[in-house]
Amino acid sequence: MHILINIAAIFFLVMGLVFFLGGAVGIIRMPDFYSRLHPAGKLDTLGIFAMVTGLVIFNLHHFSLETLLLSIKMFLIVFFVFLASPTATHSIVDAGMRAGLRPWTQKKKKE
Amino acid sequence: MEENRYENKESGTGTPSGSAFLSFFITFFFMFATWIILSGKFDPLLLGLGLFSSALVAWFFHDLLFAGVSMKQAGVFVRFCRYMPWLVMEIIKANFHILYLVFHPRMLQLIDPHIIQFQTGLKSDIAITTLANAITLTPGTVTITATSEGGFRVHAIDRPSAESLPGAMRDRVAHVYGEKI
Repeated sequence: MHILINIAAIFFLVMGLVFFLGGAVGIIRMPDFYSRLHPAGKLDTLGIFAMVTGLVIFNLHHFSLETLLLSIKMFLIVFFVFLASPTATHSIVDAGMRAGLRPWTQKKKKE
Repeated sequence: MEENRYENKESGTGTPSGSAFLSFFITFFFMFATWIILSGKFDPLLLGLGLFSSALVAWFFHDLLFAGVSMKQAGVFVRFCRYMPWLVMEIIKANFHILYLVFHPRMLQLIDPHIIQFQTGLKSDIAITTLANAITLTPGTVTITATSEGGFRVHAIDRPSAESLPGAMRDRVAHVYGEKI
């Protein structure tokens, strides 16, 4: 039983790491400000969701009221990140648009 | 929205109506649940202090957090809970798509950033906000502006992400808040 819990926890932690790595690589590889926000704002959101899920599964090894409350607190973090991340991404994009930055497009590159 | 809040204030000063009591009760429930989760101790003294302080906060702020709730909105809550798993599935599917794009060697040929505009038929502020947040959470699309008339401007990273846009997600959100399009 313990080994199954460990496998599930490791699976989710590695999945979160892959998403975080994808976010970091995406920020470097994408061509402009707006397209960089796509990996930055959202791969991180799912990354934190996967990592916290892994930690919660690991934390519930010894099931008791205390570990259960701790797990709920961890999911509260994810909940607030899910609220805050799209809002922050939106306000950054809005600021860029107001400042008059033109988005990079495929056509411009072909010319 | 504004009128609704004003009405609630009016009824709050007079005899407490069912709506004011309901919003008090919901606020109290959330405050006390948060107290229990964050404290994690079950002494009678600490629980009593928690009950007292959540009741006090709920009494002061019930018309701020959950203004104008009524029993009719219970359906919205149930439908919202049914909508969440679908949204999470969409987010996970779309995240794998972005992950594939990021690690693709010819990424610059695959992506095609462009801005699309469309008019949704949504009326209420909360429905528009929910849709804007859902669009931003789904990778490949970011909401730039959403007007109070339901007009949206969305930055999409490639064609496949943008194709599905005003369709299924808009219909789901409209269904949650019981709006006709």
